[in-house]
Amino acid sequence: MADFWERYSRSRSAVLGLVILGLVIFMAGIANLVFPEDPFRLAGLPMSLPGTNGFLLGSDTLGRDVAAGIAHGAKTSILIGLVATLASIFIGLIFGAFAGYYGGRIDDLLMRITEVFQTIPSFVFAILLVAIMKPSIESIVIAITVVSWPGVARLVRGEFLSLKNREFVQACHTLGMSDFRIMLREILPNCLSPIIVIGSLMVATAILIESGLAFLGLGDPNIMSWGFQIGAGRTMLRSAWWICTFPGIAILVTVLSINLVGEGLNDALNPRLRERN
Amino acid sequence: MSTKLLSIRDLHIALPSGADRDYAVEELNLDLVEGETLCIVGESGSGKSLTARAVMGLLPAPHVRVEKGEINFNGEDIVKISYDRLREIRGSEISMIFQEPMTALNPVMTIGKQIDEVFRFHVNMSSKERVQRSLKLLDDVHLPDPEKIISAYPHELSGGQRQRAMIAMALALNPKILIADEPTTALDVTTQAQILKLIKELQLSYNTGVLFITHDFGVVADIADRVVVMQEGRIVESGTVKNILNAPEDHYTQGLIAAVPRLNPREARTQSGEIALEVRGLNKVFGGERRFFGFGLPQRKVIAVKDVEFDLRRGETLGVVGESGSGKSTLARCVIRLLENDGGKIMLEGVDLNGLNRAEMRPWRAKIQMIFQDPFASLNPRIKVGDIIAQGPIIQGNSKDVARERARELISIVGLDERAFDRYPHEFSGGQRQRIGIARALALDPEILIADEPVSALDVSIQAQILSLLDDIRDQMNLSMIFITHDLRVAAQICDRLAVMRYGEIVETGATAELFAAPQHSYTKALISAVPGQNWKQEAPVNRAIVQMPPVEPSSNTV
Repeated sequence: MADFWERYSRSRSAVLGLVILGLVIFMAGIANLVFPEDPFRLAGLPMSLPGTNGFLLGSDTLGRDVAAGIAHGAKTSILIGLVATLASIFIGLIFGAFAGYYGGRIDDLLMRITEVFQTIPSFVFAILLVAIMKPSIESIVIAITVVSWPGVARLVRGEFLSLKNREFVQACHTLGMSDFRIMLREILPNCLSPIIVIGSLMVATAILIESGLAFLGLGDPNIMSWGFQIGAGRTMLRSAWWICTFPGIAILVTVLSINLVGEGLNDALNPRLRERN
Repeated sequence: MSTKLLSIRDLHIALPSGADRDYAVEELNLDLVEGETLCIVGESGSGKSLTARAVMGLLPAPHVRVEKGEINFNGEDIVKISYDRLREIRGSEISMIFQEPMTALNPVMTIGKQIDEVFRFHVNMSSKERVQRSLKLLDDVHLPDPEKIISAYPHELSGGQRQRAMIAMALALNPKILIADEPTTALDVTTQAQILKLIKELQLSYNTGVLFITHDFGVVADIADRVVVMQEGRIVESGTVKNILNAPEDHYTQGLIAAVPRLNPREARTQSGEIALEVRGLNKVFGGERRFFGFGLPQRKVIAVKDVEFDLRRGETLGVVGESGSGKSTLARCVIRLLENDGGKIMLEGVDLNGLNRAEMRPWRAKIQMIFQDPFASLNPRIKVGDIIAQGPIIQGNSKDVARERARELISIVGLDERAFDRYPHEFSGGQRQRIGIARALALDPEILIADEPVSALDVSIQAQILSLLDDIRDQMNLSMIFITHDLRVAAQICDRLAVMRYGEIVETGATAELFAAPQHSYTKALISAVPGQNWKQEAPVNRAIVQMPPVEPSSNTV
């Protein structure tokens, strides 16, 4: 673990990413303490400039506090990003593991199914799914999961394909180990690093998709979200720039930090690639 | 006295900080004169390859660099000359052949084009002339049908042919020095003999100085004029081939030479005659699998094992020898049911294993165990050594405590420190890992042990240790062993009987001593005569137990 941290901290941008991400998570954590009121509440004079009328980052057309929206939106983004990513890793892992380990017809079948999902443009597909299921936080998570698992499945399949012929796996066969145990205890731990890396990057993508959906008005109407804030303020961009700009910066910084962390994890977990300069 | 081509003085090659030693090569001095072959011998990590690379100016800078010393080539110091001059020298005056001809050749360029490049970059010649020269070169290295080879891609040639093409490229401009970095290690023994002969022949006609890197004393005996022995970056001994091989003075050299397996076959030991395993009519065909869009396409089939029959007697070691592609590893995996067989019988205690499904097979698994070739791939890097060994008994229904107790016992039986139990595989060297693999196989108290090239990835001194360990264990536990190897010298050391395989068939079986003395099949004869270093009459074999190798650092092989 200490060794891992040493390799991770060798990249300054990765550490910076981790710090920013930590701040975003911290902000999400204390949102209820700093802004105990409902972020949809009309808090004061509409269209207040940042720093006026008691609004740190200004207020929007209806007088909602932009700062409160960003803090509460962080909660939404992190939650959706994490849950959707975990769900897609779970599904992708099962598909990829079985396809890669058993090969042959099972592989053919599972991979053709995966390809069906991969051929549909993911954002359009997500819009379609949310529109069918009625916008809610659950339906958004489901939509993001459905469009993101095929990548994991492909990755896991490749790892299992190459690992299943390694001699240590064959040795387990000669011991009479069951397939399930071989997959879970022998192969899976050896392909965790690429899964962690792709997972960290998927959180960023999930946050972007969620913001995109909310921007188009397909977000959960009861939950504050950065995408919703941008969508609400976009008509006012020229007269009240702050309504769109601050949530936009929040998305930018969060996604960027997660990408930096993912990059750092990749370099730290795959030491062979570290030498590239 | 012929002219001195190369003279290396006080060469120090520094390793990056954090490596297990400061210098890859230290205080190295050596000379090479025209027309001689200088062999640099050493085990892995001795710095022999880096020395060769330093001469070519091919060190992986900036991590590894020459810190001080000079490499004097015809009055020029390679360490100091400009990059442009170095490029001129490379290929035209000093050239190199590598271990793995498949990766050293560019797979998307024809052989002719790659040879042509050498001419284009170094000399001014018309394209017609260049083709003429290329054809002549290919003819010189005895490649059949040069007109065809010149337009062939590397993958269309066999390993030996590729290495010949590499040699043709290296000799294109009559270099003064040819550096050969383990050029025959990846080749089969019969091909190796041909390549060694070719290098010797070309050297004579061009009067080239050859710097030959190898770990194999048999090859040294065949090709060297002078020998330099390296250990951990230093030269421990140098001299003429005769002196070094027959009267080594340094302790390390003595140990190394004593560890070289001899071609004196062992006498078959007395056996009970009871048959432990009976294999009849075993077949294995690869390919013929239906792909999703493969309807109507011709099916490609490779017959890997064809009608193989043999008996394994209790307590004996049956060697299966053959060159790469002969199907010996496939045979091993078929016998232990790692691969599904296409017909045949594997009779163990009156039961045909081939007829059992997975669940029925499970209790039988304990009776046949396997030791794998690659000690770096055969242990799960994420599981502790103790658990790797205890896994088998636990799966077979023993309690955790019993299995762990047995694992501790086995760790000391295979000669490892008890602390190994709680450590991960990457903390061990190749030889130590192979011991762990052996302990894992023994954990189930098998009756039959299949060893698939268990020593071919190891240095010769470690090889000797592992072989004697296997021998001891077989005697103690009354094991029957199937020993797969491509190295006849190893086979001669450990096997009571031999089965020679070629193209998936067993062409000859017999007691090891008889087979070596009077081989019947022409292929067996060819194999035996191709073993390098036959003219080197070794002294009476030194008892392996007496020769203590210098202690090896626990992780000197792990990289």
